[in-house]
Amino acid sequence: MIEIRIQSEHFDASKEIEKFQENKKNGAFVCFLGSVRDVNGDTPLKKLEIEYYPKMAEKVLKKTAKEAFKKWNLSQCLIIHRFGELNINDPIVLIITQTPHRKDAFQANEYIIDFLKINAPFWKKEYTDKNNYWVSQNKKDLDIII
Amino acid sequence: MKIIYFAKIRELIGKTEEDIVLPSYVKTVNDLIVFLKDYNKVYKDILENNDFFTACDEELVDMDYDIRKTKEIAIFPPVTGG
Repeated sequence: MIEIRIQSEHFDASKEIEKFQENKKNGAFVCFLGSVRDVNGDTPLKKLEIEYYPKMAEKVLKKTAKEAFKKWNLSQCLIIHRFGELNINDPIVLIITQTPHRKDAFQANEYIIDFLKINAPFWKKEYTDKNNYWVSQNKKDLDIII
Repeated sequence: MKIIYFAKIRELIGKTEEDIVLPSYVKTVNDLIVFLKDYNKVYKDILENNDFFTACDEELVDMDYDIRKTKEIAIFPPVTGG
Protein backbone atom coordinates (compact mmCIF):
# COMPACT_ATOMS: atom_id res chain seq x y z
CA MET A 1 0.00 0.00 0.00
CA ILE A 2 1.28 3.43 -0.94
CA GLU A 3 0.11 6.58 0.81
CA ILE A 4 1.21 10.02 -0.42
CA ARG A 5 0.26 13.20 1.42
CA ILE A 6 1.29 16.71 0.42
CA GLN A 7 0.01 19.13 3.00
CA SER A 8 0.56 22.49 4.65
CA GLU A 9 -0.53 21.18 8.05
CA HIS A 10 1.85 19.95 10.71
CA PHE A 11 2.11 16.17 11.12
CA ASP A 12 3.01 14.02 14.09
CA ALA A 13 5.64 11.45 13.07
CA SER A 14 5.10 9.34 16.20
CA LYS A 15 1.41 8.90 15.34
CA GLU A 16 2.32 7.81 11.83
CA ILE A 17 4.80 5.29 13.28
CA GLU A 18 2.11 3.92 15.62
CA LYS A 19 -0.06 3.19 12.60
CA PHE A 20 2.77 1.17 11.06
CA GLN A 21 3.28 -0.75 14.32
CA GLU A 22 -0.27 -2.02 14.02
CA ASN A 23 0.78 -4.12 11.03
CA LYS A 24 2.04 -7.27 12.80
CA LYS A 25 2.85 -9.16 9.60
CA ASN A 26 5.99 -7.23 8.71
CA GLY A 27 8.23 -6.35 11.61
CA ALA A 28 10.72 -4.00 9.99
CA PHE A 29 10.11 -0.42 9.13
CA VAL A 30 12.46 2.49 8.63
CA CYS A 31 11.48 6.07 9.19
CA PHE A 32 13.19 9.13 7.71
CA LEU A 33 12.17 12.51 9.11
CA GLY A 34 13.48 15.75 7.63
CA SER A 35 12.90 18.95 9.58
CA VAL A 36 13.57 22.69 9.27
CA ARG A 37 17.14 23.58 10.22
CA ASP A 38 17.86 26.55 12.48
CA VAL A 39 21.08 27.73 10.84
CA ASN A 40 22.60 27.87 7.38
CA GLY A 41 26.34 27.88 7.99
CA ASP A 42 26.71 30.52 10.71
CA THR A 43 23.53 32.41 9.88
CA PRO A 44 20.54 31.79 12.15
CA LEU A 45 17.31 31.16 10.27
CA LYS A 46 13.89 32.47 11.17
CA LYS A 47 11.58 30.37 9.05
CA LEU A 48 11.26 28.35 5.85
CA GLU A 49 8.83 28.59 2.98
CA ILE A 50 8.21 25.72 0.57
CA GLU A 51 6.71 26.18 -2.87
CA TYR A 52 5.68 23.21 -5.02
CA TYR A 53 4.13 22.18 -8.31
CA PRO A 54 1.05 20.33 -7.06
CA LYS A 55 0.10 18.04 -9.95
CA MET A 56 3.67 17.07 -10.75
CA ALA A 57 4.80 16.63 -7.14
CA GLU A 58 2.05 14.09 -6.49
CA LYS A 59 2.97 12.20 -9.67
CA VAL A 60 6.70 12.12 -8.88
CA LEU A 61 6.19 10.90 -5.31
CA LYS A 62 3.81 8.15 -6.44
CA LYS A 63 6.15 7.08 -9.22
CA THR A 64 9.13 6.99 -6.84
CA ALA A 65 7.23 4.90 -4.30
CA LYS A 66 6.06 2.51 -7.04
CA GLU A 67 9.65 2.09 -8.22
CA ALA A 68 10.70 1.27 -4.65
CA PHE A 69 7.95 -1.38 -4.50
CA LYS A 70 9.34 -2.96 -7.66
CA LYS A 71 12.93 -3.00 -6.39
CA TRP A 72 12.39 -4.14 -2.79
CA ASN A 73 10.00 -6.33 -0.90
CA LEU A 74 7.86 -3.48 0.44
CA SER A 75 4.50 -4.02 2.09
CA GLN A 76 3.73 -0.40 2.96
CA CYS A 77 5.14 3.01 2.18
CA LEU A 78 4.13 6.43 3.44
CA ILE A 79 5.46 9.74 2.10
CA ILE A 80 4.39 13.05 3.63
CA HIS A 81 5.80 16.33 2.33
CA ARG A 82 4.77 19.76 3.54
CA PHE A 83 4.48 23.09 1.76
CA GLY A 84 3.84 26.69 2.80
CA GLU A 85 5.35 28.50 5.77
CA LEU A 86 7.23 26.37 8.27
CA ASN A 87 8.91 27.26 11.56
CA ILE A 88 12.32 26.15 12.80
CA ASN A 89 12.33 22.43 13.76
CA ASP A 90 8.99 21.81 12.05
CA PRO A 91 8.82 18.49 10.24
CA ILE A 92 9.10 18.81 6.44
CA VAL A 93 9.16 15.30 5.11
CA LEU A 94 8.42 11.85 6.49
CA ILE A 95 9.14 8.59 4.69
CA ILE A 96 8.26 5.25 6.24
CA THR A 97 9.07 2.01 4.45
CA GLN A 98 7.92 -1.32 5.78
CA THR A 99 9.26 -4.73 4.75
CA PRO A 100 9.65 -8.24 6.23
CA HIS A 101 13.38 -7.61 6.79
CA ARG A 102 15.32 -4.49 7.75
CA LYS A 103 17.77 -4.32 4.84
CA ASP A 104 15.04 -3.77 2.25
CA ALA A 105 13.37 -1.17 4.46
CA PHE A 106 16.63 0.83 4.78
CA GLN A 107 17.48 0.62 1.08
CA ALA A 108 13.98 1.50 -0.09
CA ASN A 109 13.82 4.46 2.27
CA GLU A 110 17.16 5.84 1.10
CA TYR A 111 16.16 5.36 -2.52
CA ILE A 112 12.95 7.35 -2.01
CA ILE A 113 14.54 10.32 -0.22
CA ASP A 114 17.44 10.45 -2.71
CA PHE A 115 15.09 10.52 -5.69
CA LEU A 116 12.72 12.94 -4.03
CA LYS A 117 15.58 15.38 -3.50
CA ILE A 118 16.52 15.53 -7.17
CA ASN A 119 13.17 14.96 -8.89
CA ALA A 120 10.23 16.15 -6.82
CA PRO A 121 9.23 19.74 -7.65
CA PHE A 122 9.54 21.44 -4.26
CA TRP A 123 11.59 24.58 -3.62
CA LYS A 124 12.77 25.95 -0.27
CA LYS A 125 13.14 29.61 0.59
CA GLU A 126 14.99 30.45 3.79
CA TYR A 127 14.36 33.59 5.85
CA THR A 128 16.95 35.25 8.09
CA ASP A 129 16.72 38.48 10.11
CA LYS A 130 18.21 40.38 7.17
CA ASN A 131 16.95 38.77 3.99
CA ASN A 132 15.48 35.74 2.27
CA TYR A 133 16.78 33.55 -0.54
CA TRP A 134 15.94 30.44 -2.53
CA VAL A 135 17.99 27.46 -1.40
CA SER A 136 20.37 26.03 -4.03
CA GLN A 137 20.37 22.37 -4.89
CA ASN A 138 23.05 20.45 -3.02
CA LYS A 139 25.25 18.97 -5.74
CA LYS A 140 26.03 16.01 -3.47
CA ASP A 141 22.39 14.98 -3.84
CA LEU A 142 23.09 14.33 -7.51
CA ASP A 143 25.75 11.70 -6.71
CA ILE A 144 23.32 8.89 -6.08
CA ILE A 145 23.47 5.34 -7.30
CA ILE A 146 20.62 4.51 -9.64
CA MET B 1 0.79 27.47 -25.09
CA LYS B 2 0.44 27.73 -21.32
CA ILE B 3 3.78 28.25 -19.61
CA ILE B 4 4.06 28.16 -15.83
CA TYR B 5 6.95 29.22 -13.62
CA PHE B 6 8.01 28.34 -10.11
CA ALA B 7 10.19 29.60 -7.28
CA LYS B 8 13.08 31.92 -8.21
CA ILE B 9 12.18 31.88 -11.91
CA ARG B 10 8.56 32.83 -11.10
CA GLU B 11 9.79 35.75 -8.99
CA LEU B 12 12.26 36.99 -11.63
CA ILE B 13 9.69 36.82 -14.43
CA GLY B 14 7.06 38.34 -12.18
CA LYS B 15 4.21 36.00 -13.04
CA THR B 16 3.08 32.48 -12.23
CA GLU B 17 1.86 31.64 -15.72
CA GLU B 18 1.14 33.02 -19.14
CA ASP B 19 -0.29 32.01 -22.49
CA ILE B 20 2.08 32.66 -25.37
CA VAL B 21 1.25 32.14 -29.03
CA LEU B 22 4.27 30.31 -30.37
CA PRO B 23 5.48 30.58 -33.95
CA SER B 24 5.22 27.40 -36.02
CA TYR B 25 8.97 26.77 -35.97
CA VAL B 26 8.84 26.11 -32.22
CA LYS B 27 8.68 22.32 -32.11
CA THR B 28 10.92 21.30 -29.19
CA VAL B 29 11.77 22.53 -25.71
CA ASN B 30 15.02 23.87 -27.10
CA ASP B 31 13.11 25.86 -29.76
CA LEU B 32 10.93 27.28 -27.01
CA ILE B 33 13.90 28.35 -24.92
CA VAL B 34 15.54 30.02 -27.92
CA PHE B 35 12.24 31.78 -28.63
CA LEU B 36 11.85 32.96 -25.02
CA LYS B 37 15.42 34.26 -24.90
CA ASP B 38 14.54 36.50 -27.85
CA TYR B 39 11.19 37.41 -26.28
CA ASN B 40 12.73 39.89 -23.86
CA LYS B 41 15.88 40.51 -21.82
CA VAL B 42 14.50 39.18 -18.53
CA TYR B 43 13.88 35.73 -20.05
CA LYS B 44 17.27 35.83 -21.74
CA ASP B 45 19.05 36.52 -18.44
CA ILE B 46 17.14 33.79 -16.60
CA LEU B 47 17.54 31.10 -19.24
CA GLU B 48 21.08 31.98 -20.31
CA ASN B 49 22.95 29.77 -17.83
CA ASN B 50 20.79 26.64 -18.39
CA ASP B 51 20.19 26.36 -14.64
CA PHE B 52 16.56 25.28 -15.06
CA PHE B 53 14.38 22.27 -15.77
CA THR B 54 11.35 21.88 -17.99
CA ALA B 55 8.33 19.65 -17.52
CA CYS B 56 5.68 19.01 -20.16
CA ASP B 57 2.28 18.08 -18.74
CA GLU B 58 3.94 17.30 -15.41
CA GLU B 59 6.73 15.07 -16.79
CA LEU B 60 10.39 16.12 -16.75
CA VAL B 61 11.64 16.35 -20.33
CA ASP B 62 14.89 16.95 -22.20
CA MET B 63 15.63 19.85 -24.50
CA ASP B 64 14.85 17.83 -27.63
CA TYR B 65 11.35 16.84 -26.43
CA ASP B 66 8.61 17.56 -29.00
CA ILE B 67 6.19 20.02 -27.38
CA ARG B 68 3.64 20.29 -30.18
CA LYS B 69 1.04 18.19 -28.32
CA THR B 70 1.86 19.60 -24.90
CA LYS B 71 -0.81 21.56 -23.03
CA GLU B 72 1.29 22.97 -20.20
CA ILE B 73 5.01 23.58 -19.94
CA ALA B 74 6.62 24.31 -16.59
CA ILE B 75 9.99 26.02 -16.27
CA PHE B 76 11.63 25.91 -12.85
CA PRO B 77 14.98 25.92 -11.04
CA PRO B 78 16.65 22.74 -9.71
CA VAL B 79 14.44 21.28 -6.98
CA THR B 80 15.31 21.53 -3.29
CA GLY B 81 12.65 19.53 -1.45
CA GLY B 82 13.03 16.90 1.24
